[in-house]
Amino acid sequence: MAHDQPSLRTDMGRARGLGSARQGVHHWWMQRVSSIALLPLSLFWLFSLHNIVDANHAHFLHWIGHPAIAIAGILFVITSFYHAALGIQVVVEDYVHHEGWKLGILLLNQIGFIFMGVACTAAIVWLSLAAHIISG
Amino acid sequence: MANTNRPLSPHLGVYRWQLTMAMSILHRMTGVGLAFGAIVLTWWLMAAWMGPDSFRQFHEASHSIVGQLMLFGWVWAFSYHFLNGIRHMVWDTGRWLDLKSAYASGWVVVISSFICAGAIWCAATN
Repeated sequence: MAHDQPSLRTDMGRARGLGSARQGVHHWWMQRVSSIALLPLSLFWLFSLHNIVDANHAHFLHWIGHPAIAIAGILFVITSFYHAALGIQVVVEDYVHHEGWKLGILLLNQIGFIFMGVACTAAIVWLSLAAHIISG
Repeated sequence: MANTNRPLSPHLGVYRWQLTMAMSILHRMTGVGLAFGAIVLTWWLMAAWMGPDSFRQFHEASHSIVGQLMLFGWVWAFSYHFLNGIRHMVWDTGRWLDLKSAYASGWVVVISSFICAGAIWCAATN
């Protein structure tokens, strides 16, 4: 932080709009941005998903090999997991009062969603490539 | 806390249950439930990656009674969180904040969430 460096900004100017978490409205705003992005993404993914509920592995590969499905899938996974991590963070901060537990669950939340997001993205990339290699 | 004269959140123990508070809590609960659904989505994609055998195992698990109940729970949770999320977006623009609008939109969301969940479920299983 640049608090010790000389600055033309007054203390009030620095504090205004930042709130107790020193983050301002960034968290709140990103929750809204991701929710707006999820309106079309989740609907598209859900309605394309229902076509393959009872399909076998070959049908699944054919489905996920379509560029629109693969790209929308990756966008949906990244956006929804980000949205979920932000939401879980708020719930934990509101209801978990023991500092150790709070820190542990917040770390698990962020690491878990990053891990799952990378795993899902890698899976969609690999599966859509495999679909094209198999179909020649 | 020395200063006890500050504004406090409503104490839930002495608070009469009403639609708006129940829906607010439900929005968080469905959100947490959907976040746990991320684990199942990851499991599904990993199963597909590992091959036809693990993909079939996922299908068998998801078509068990417990699996179907959980899937329907997620479909309803998604419908509710999606529709109530739109209600929150309207509130963020400063509209529908009066009691009458909050209740009217609330009932629309609750009833629509079941209709949407039923429609999605019928479309997916037929």
